[in-house]
Amino acid sequence: MNLLVNQRVHFVLSELGQISFLARDIVSSLLKGKVVWRDLLYQIYSIGVKSQMVVLVTGAFTGMVLGAQTYFQFHKVKMDTATLAVVSVSLCDELGPVLTALMVAGRVGASIAAEIGTMRVTEQIDALRTLATHPVDYLVVPRILAAHVALPLLAMESIVVGISSSYLVGVHILGIEPTYLWDNMLKYTHDVDVIIGLVKAFIYGGIIALIGCYKGLTCGLGAEGVGHATTEAVVYSSITILITNFFLTLVMGKLVGLL
Amino acid sequence: MIEVRHLQKSFGTHKILDDVSFRIENGESVVIIGRSGGGKSVLLKHLVGLLQPDSGEVLIDGENIGPMNERQLLRIRRKFGMVFQSAALFDSMTVAENVAFALRRDKILTEGEITSRVCAALEMVDLPGTQNKKPAELSGGMRKRVGLARAIIYEPQIVLYDEPTTGLDPIVSDSIDKLMIRVHGHLKVTTVVVTHDMRTARRVGQRVMMLHDKKIYASGAPEEFFESRDPIVRQFVDGVADEKEILF
Repeated sequence: MNLLVNQRVHFVLSELGQISFLARDIVSSLLKGKVVWRDLLYQIYSIGVKSQMVVLVTGAFTGMVLGAQTYFQFHKVKMDTATLAVVSVSLCDELGPVLTALMVAGRVGASIAAEIGTMRVTEQIDALRTLATHPVDYLVVPRILAAHVALPLLAMESIVVGISSSYLVGVHILGIEPTYLWDNMLKYTHDVDVIIGLVKAFIYGGIIALIGCYKGLTCGLGAEGVGHATTEAVVYSSITILITNFFLTLVMGKLVGLL
Repeated sequence: MIEVRHLQKSFGTHKILDDVSFRIENGESVVIIGRSGGGKSVLLKHLVGLLQPDSGEVLIDGENIGPMNERQLLRIRRKFGMVFQSAALFDSMTVAENVAFALRRDKILTEGEITSRVCAALEMVDLPGTQNKKPAELSGGMRKRVGLARAIIYEPQIVLYDEPTTGLDPIVSDSIDKLMIRVHGHLKVTTVVVTHDMRTARRVGQRVMMLHDKKIYASGAPEEFFESRDPIVRQFVDGVADEKEILF
């Protein structure tokens, strides 16, 4: 049992160490200005534009469900018009960035790991290296930067769609008075809520791309190796996002309290 | 010049190369032969720094590349072109984009100059007019040729071939052999070919080295090597299996 625990701890530490080395290479590549703008734009398109549909659907239905549930509880204490304020703050601070990141981790994290993993098993990464191209410069850095740019935009889109759909459900289906509903939302949603959401989404973008790239670059041989890498990329990035979210909420909550 | 000194490499507990030493002069054409799984490709990957030795040295023009990190190795790798066993073409790109890859990354030539260099490289490997095809649309032999065009377009000093004729029919293999000889003659490059194809070894190499039992077992000019009476060399050259290796 002890041996098993030791092996597991050793494995986890080793993985963390390797991810740290990859992060160091990324920083080194960024400092050397090795970014090719054309590759970066393509990755922003691939990660950001192609994730639109999944993020819009997630944002819309989350907003609607959250709005309806909040209304059902608040209606008991005659606080119907506070519904959208709760939806808005929840979406900005937590649900917008986290759900967007989880959906993008499923779509983009898996795709990054599969693409880079396939390149590894078919010797295309070795070919890159023999062509005097650092795989981190060519494969990793554009994806990391693109995810950092795309995630905040996607999260904001998800938040706006979520609030709008919640408003529509509240006014047209549940019959809440629209003026007070909207006014309360503006009154209780502060700039800092939006900033917290954007900062979180920015960090989750890096997590998704870093873990996806790492899993692809270190994947085992053959189709089975690529399959494992893809699954692990999604699972690890999702778990990391959820754990990181807890600590970010604590830290940013404290920071906001200090301001 | 390539020099390997006392190279050792293991994967886990399995030793692949043990005290391998040799030297290849500039402009020489050397063929490394040996059994499948005997460490030939591993040895070749050490020459270009794709693998790090456990001990020993690999010197390229007098520089030991063993202790270099990935970024320092990029400078050394500009001297090399490598043709992979699987061709390793970038499957999301067209033939022209594959061949032009290194030139576009260098950002030295204009787009027009790159296009004309791509045409010239594809002409050299007898594949004119294939610029817009995707690797998936090419046969195995054509993919190897594109891999060769990609390896030679930036005029490297050394070209490495990893099993260039494996999986090809005898006629295509013959054309690849002739292509390797042509590239060696025209570009005056140092050529290192890893193969277990005896016909390729006879025709392409000015020197043949045999990797056996984790070491360089024999080395010599092709005419002398293929006339050797050493039982291990003879067995490999004649392609005779041991009794214990015959399963049925």
